[in-house]
Amino acid sequence: MAKKIIATASLSGCFGCHMSFLDIDAKILDLIELVEFNKSPIDDIKKFTKQCDIGLIEGGCCNDENVHNLLDFRKNCKVLVSVGECAIMGGLPALRNMVPLQECLEEAYLNGPTVRDCNENKIIPNDPELPKILNKVYPCHEIVKIDYFLPGCPPTAELIWNALVTLATGAELKLPYESVRFD
Amino acid sequence: MGETVHAIIRNYNGDPTRLMDILIDIQSQLGYLSEWTIEQIAKSLDIPKIDVEQTVSFYHFFTKEPRGKYTVYLNNSVVTGFYKVDEIVKTFEKEAGCSFGRVSPDGLIGLFSTACIGMSDQEPAAIINEQVFTRLTPDKVKTLIAGMKDGKTIEQLKGSSYGDGQNANPLMKATVKNHIRKKGEVIFSGDYTAGDALRKIKSAKMSSNDVIDIVKKSSVRGRGGAGFPTGMKWEVARKAQGEPKYIFCNADEGEPGTFKDRVILTEEPKLVFEGMTIAGYAVGARYGILYLRNEYMYMKKYLVSILQDMERDNLLGTAIGGKNGFNFDIRIQFGGGAYVCGEESALIESAEGKRGEPRDRPPFPVEKGYLQKPTVVNNVETLCTVVKIITKGHEWYNTIGTRESRGTKVLSISGDCEEPGIYEIPWGFSVNDILKMTGARDVQAVQVGGPSGSCIAANEFGRTLAYEDLATGGSLIIIGKNRDLLKDVVLNFAEFFREESCGSCVPCRALTGMSKLVMEKIVSGKATVSDIDRLVSWAPIMKKNRCGLGQTALNPILTTIKNFRHLYDEKVKGNSEIINPAFNLAAATADYEAAVKN
Repeated sequence: MAKKIIATASLSGCFGCHMSFLDIDAKILDLIELVEFNKSPIDDIKKFTKQCDIGLIEGGCCNDENVHNLLDFRKNCKVLVSVGECAIMGGLPALRNMVPLQECLEEAYLNGPTVRDCNENKIIPNDPELPKILNKVYPCHEIVKIDYFLPGCPPTAELIWNALVTLATGAELKLPYESVRFD
Repeated sequence: MGETVHAIIRNYNGDPTRLMDILIDIQSQLGYLSEWTIEQIAKSLDIPKIDVEQTVSFYHFFTKEPRGKYTVYLNNSVVTGFYKVDEIVKTFEKEAGCSFGRVSPDGLIGLFSTACIGMSDQEPAAIINEQVFTRLTPDKVKTLIAGMKDGKTIEQLKGSSYGDGQNANPLMKATVKNHIRKKGEVIFSGDYTAGDALRKIKSAKMSSNDVIDIVKKSSVRGRGGAGFPTGMKWEVARKAQGEPKYIFCNADEGEPGTFKDRVILTEEPKLVFEGMTIAGYAVGARYGILYLRNEYMYMKKYLVSILQDMERDNLLGTAIGGKNGFNFDIRIQFGGGAYVCGEESALIESAEGKRGEPRDRPPFPVEKGYLQKPTVVNNVETLCTVVKIITKGHEWYNTIGTRESRGTKVLSISGDCEEPGIYEIPWGFSVNDILKMTGARDVQAVQVGGPSGSCIAANEFGRTLAYEDLATGGSLIIIGKNRDLLKDVVLNFAEFFREESCGSCVPCRALTGMSKLVMEKIVSGKATVSDIDRLVSWAPIMKKNRCGLGQTALNPILTTIKNFRHLYDEKVKGNSEIINPAFNLAAATADYEAAVKN
């Protein structure tokens, strides 16, 4: 059986889900028998070089770069999985959704105690190279179709492992009650 | 102010279960329920302040802020939307000088919207200071607001042209019209004299068991919609342990498009009260309570005087009809504006002064109902029917209607037809018959049984109204071909259920809100097939809700997906499943562009 090709990305996340992924420890040796990595921070491939089978997305979308990245993943992956709270619901970054963007930017760059005395020209960073901040943080499925959701903050290494094995081999995944209950 | 509050509380003997009445009376006198008032009520009734607050916050018509010397509640139900209500809204806002949801700066006029007020045959309608104003036009609105600014009383604003029949009764003086288009053989037969059934019971020496027996033989079923056999309900209540027992008459008709109880209570109130009394006799109940929706507050004086008449005539009170030991008193319990209180256990909770949240069952109200005593809750129409059955016999009754649905049904018909109003017809009529009778043409759909019922298309107009086919609590909204069914009707109902969900069960609380968002997405043409599938997948989850109203709250959406799928398909046609059509990157970055520009 040909190895499944997987890609991963951390959008507006904290890399915690990727760290949790690495917590599979020695099983990573089993994993590379099972799958081949393409675009991912794990192997540092920056651009898709071929069509992938599985895309794992950590984090929601807080800027236009995240959106383009996500669209790129959707285009290049047959199956797309939202991994963790931020990808599924926006998570911690989405706390700002209760505050208008203008106020957020003013607090961060103009009025906050660590910036108010040093941003002399009162500039909100606007270099065209910088990603544009979205009006709110979006969970991934509000932008593209997401096929599966792996809950947790972060999802445990075991859950990520089981999900990957399931997707790679077509076996049935049993989600333990603990992984889907309310906290 | 304190004296007013305490006097009202004394009127109800400081009884916390009468909190609804206390709040209604105080608000009626003081205009609103301030923090201070709520504290006073809690202290006087010796209950926690939060108990008062949760009741206040539950009901639409209670307010903690002043809502103006004149408070306008404009109906926002589906049928109102058929009559250019936008113009009415604009005129109100322009003339009053404030937008809906607010009070004018001088505190004179408050503008609010409200769910169906039971005037679907004479829309657009509004309630202003407990009085109903129907058939509003921009000109009428201008006159009304000018009158308010001139300080006219509500009576002066109403003018002197009152509705037909008892609407013009000096105690009611309502501009509301009955619109009784067809009188049937049972309710509006016109051959009733108060006390008919009570005299029959006496002359035929009927025991309470005999009464239950006749009701059972007549196979009369509950007219609220569920169709539970009335005789069986009474028998269980009769055998239930606990004293005193209670008879409730459910006149909370909050299902949009329903207004039959209003007309029955206007024209045949004694028939209703006698029905309650017969039920009391059969069940062995001592007290009756008419739970009347707050929207019908304008009938209060009239109905109270009817009760006094009946007491004077020995049709109520003690030793009724000269029968020793047969005592029965009726009082009127007003609601506070909450659709869910039409559900019998929520209605009982409300009558006890609490939030109108449905109870877990069992125990059923017939065993443990009002104040934990055996309680029968019957629909207005059911109780009227029983009086006629006792008077004329079950044999007579069984000749009317179909095999499984005996008798007549009073229908509230509204929407796109020439003669909206009340039609009493025997069960077994087809929808087509009704459309013909009401002068409806170019019909796209008929909403049968209100939003919680089903929305049917022309291919089902041949179906008959009966428990064995198309059961209905009695409302039919006719929707013409010129209407945008999804936007004008389904979305309105979705908003209605989102607003009226009591919030007790998670599926109802969450999915009524989520389904409304999805419907908005569909109407805006930004949805996908999977959005429609998602709505359908919620159907079984909604069945987990505690009460019947919650279980049917997605019906407007689900039945239109079933019967008008092509309308949904048109809206999602060509939309990508892969990239959400509702997401627009330029719009999502617009705020940022604006922020960095400055």
